[in-house]
Amino acid sequence: MRLVRAGRIVADQYVRVLDDAPIPDGVPVIVPAARFLADAEEILRRDAPTGVLWPNNRRIAELAPHLDRLALVALEFPSFKDGRAYSQARVLREQFGFHGELRATGNVLRDQFLFLLRAGFDAFEVVKDADAAVFAEAVARYSVFYQPAGDRRIPALRARLQRPRTFAACERV
Amino acid sequence: MYLYDDLDRTLVTERAAEFRDQVARRLSGELTEDEFKPLRLMNGIYLQLHAYMLRIAIPYGALSSDQMRTLAHVARRYDRNYGHFTTRQNIQFNWIKLAELPDAMDELARAGLHGMQTSGNCVRNITTDQWAGVAPDEIEDPRVWAEILRQHLTLHPEFSFLPRKFKIAVTAAAHDRAAIRVHDIGLRLHRNGAGEVGFEVVVGGGLGRTPFIGKTIKPFLPKRDVLSYVEAVLRTYNQFGRRDNIYKARIKILVHDLGAEAFAKEVDAEWQPIKDGPLALDPAVVATVAGHFRYPSYESLSDNPPELAKARASDRRFATWFANSVTNHKAPGYAIVTLSLKPEGGPPGDATAEQMDAIADLADRYSFGEIRVGHEQNLVLPHVAQRDLPAVWRALEALGLATPNVGLVSDIIACPGLDYCSLANTRSIPVAQELTRRFRDLDLAQSLGRLHINISGCINACGHHHVGHIGLLGVEKNGEEFFQVTIGGQADENAVLGTLIGPAVPYAQVADVVEDIVEAYLELRTRPDEIFLDTVKRVGVEPFRERVYATR
Repeated sequence: MRLVRAGRIVADQYVRVLDDAPIPDGVPVIVPAARFLADAEEILRRDAPTGVLWPNNRRIAELAPHLDRLALVALEFPSFKDGRAYSQARVLREQFGFHGELRATGNVLRDQFLFLLRAGFDAFEVVKDADAAVFAEAVARYSVFYQPAGDRRIPALRARLQRPRTFAACERV
Repeated sequence: MYLYDDLDRTLVTERAAEFRDQVARRLSGELTEDEFKPLRLMNGIYLQLHAYMLRIAIPYGALSSDQMRTLAHVARRYDRNYGHFTTRQNIQFNWIKLAELPDAMDELARAGLHGMQTSGNCVRNITTDQWAGVAPDEIEDPRVWAEILRQHLTLHPEFSFLPRKFKIAVTAAAHDRAAIRVHDIGLRLHRNGAGEVGFEVVVGGGLGRTPFIGKTIKPFLPKRDVLSYVEAVLRTYNQFGRRDNIYKARIKILVHDLGAEAFAKEVDAEWQPIKDGPLALDPAVVATVAGHFRYPSYESLSDNPPELAKARASDRRFATWFANSVTNHKAPGYAIVTLSLKPEGGPPGDATAEQMDAIADLADRYSFGEIRVGHEQNLVLPHVAQRDLPAVWRALEALGLATPNVGLVSDIIACPGLDYCSLANTRSIPVAQELTRRFRDLDLAQSLGRLHINISGCINACGHHHVGHIGLLGVEKNGEEFFQVTIGGQADENAVLGTLIGPAVPYAQVADVVEDIVEAYLELRTRPDEIFLDTVKRVGVEPFRERVYATR
């Protein structure tokens, strides 16, 4: 596994804390959702950044009251095909205004990078080293986007308003 | 039709390049078949019984003549010289080699064609009325909305890994030719009491092993809200649709389990925060998309010109074809012509490369370069001048595309079945072929009137048997092929599921059973213009059951 953040492979500063393990002081940690909710105040009082690992079958709105004090939210992709966390990510970014690190974890592969980035993720726990190595290339594959999402890319429907029409050479398509 | 601009074209080209890279990684072993599967599916590639199958998207069934020629070329160069038009207005090629797929995709991309939205758990090709833009009974052109939705949902970052596939259909006509009530979302453009045009939103319809007629969750949605509302439906489904059981993963199960009212409440909760955001449709954006549609410059013509009147009076075969395959057009002096892909003994929906090329030429000459694919697996020339109808008919006759059986008993919808499909329990195409031979007598077919037979080779219902006037569903019993028979289904604005008439019948008897049902109908109907469906409504299934099982 390699962590990609801001487009580059970086070392992970966070420590994953299991359900019943003690939470170390002075170190950034990622805590499971249930444990966090059971003891949110105490965990947030520590003198290091706190992250939460949120399962994809729990309503993300439950996390809303704590977001301004969280440095990181990690969302899960138990398999490539399970896309629930894309919706959670967009709601976190676009409706709850979460500005911290939004991390994709689980079965994270090359062909999802751009979807993830567009949904608002900015950190990726990439399963295969070879995929992590080509992150920049994979997210640059497309230059045209049809819809607005959690990133700032201008969708084609809007881009067309800002420029003259240029139909392709072969008109009848 | 919709004209691609540089943005649309760039996206399709980038998609083809990405796919080439994915195939290279699969061939080198960097990707396992399991990892490759969702990627190929997102480009319309299935692994079938004998080979890879490539499904090409034909957004809302509209094709240019140049695109049709490209499809003919792909059939010739990469396949076995034919293609199969599907009930979702797409086309499938059944014999493509994996190593050649990237080249085929590049050639398709140059014509603006691709396999996006044709498979996988994403929003599939948006379908609509095959007569959109030319039907006299529509209140506006639904293709503009189908195109807006197509763009918004293409490679959507949130909705490309839904619990299951997701199908949307749009209609704007009084008579629903898009079967919107058996779709995951059905959108019906209509006018409310205040005279404004908006959408009725129907959700949770579908066929498959658990068929449902969709429920209306929004009787009137303003046009500006269509993207935000569809997004709210999809977001609700993406989060709460079942993922533990593939057979319970479609939105219809979620809507059924929650109840339509509770489901609508969930959607509304997702909708409120986003309805006035970036998805609220600016009329200028709608106008831009509408402006990409090219409409023919019709000549000013009159209905029933002398060339047509003469041919109808003097040539009985022409008159029969005209009565069957030609429909009223919005513009005076023009007509909509349906090309039957259901010749006697032929597999429903197949066209050869030569036929495709010839249709493209006919479209250029007689239909402003435009062709449509209908969900009944026939093709349409949407803008033919009535004076040209005799010439068009002669050309279609020579091509084997003028069988005057549109909407009749031999205009059968069938899935590929066990001849191609790895999911099928039974063959479908040979049943359809046999039925076209049994009902080869066109006078009989004409006298029977409108009668739709739908055949599915398994419970997944790709042949839409639940909504066939006569529906045949292939099932396997102790290794033998059997068919369950339903009657009385329909998919239009009065959508209803067919009723089972009794125990499944063996493969060898299914054509006899259909003949029995048809004979019973002829005896039961009170007038020649009481169609089969109306007779079933009036007398119920019992008399048909008796007829079929009395001697079996």
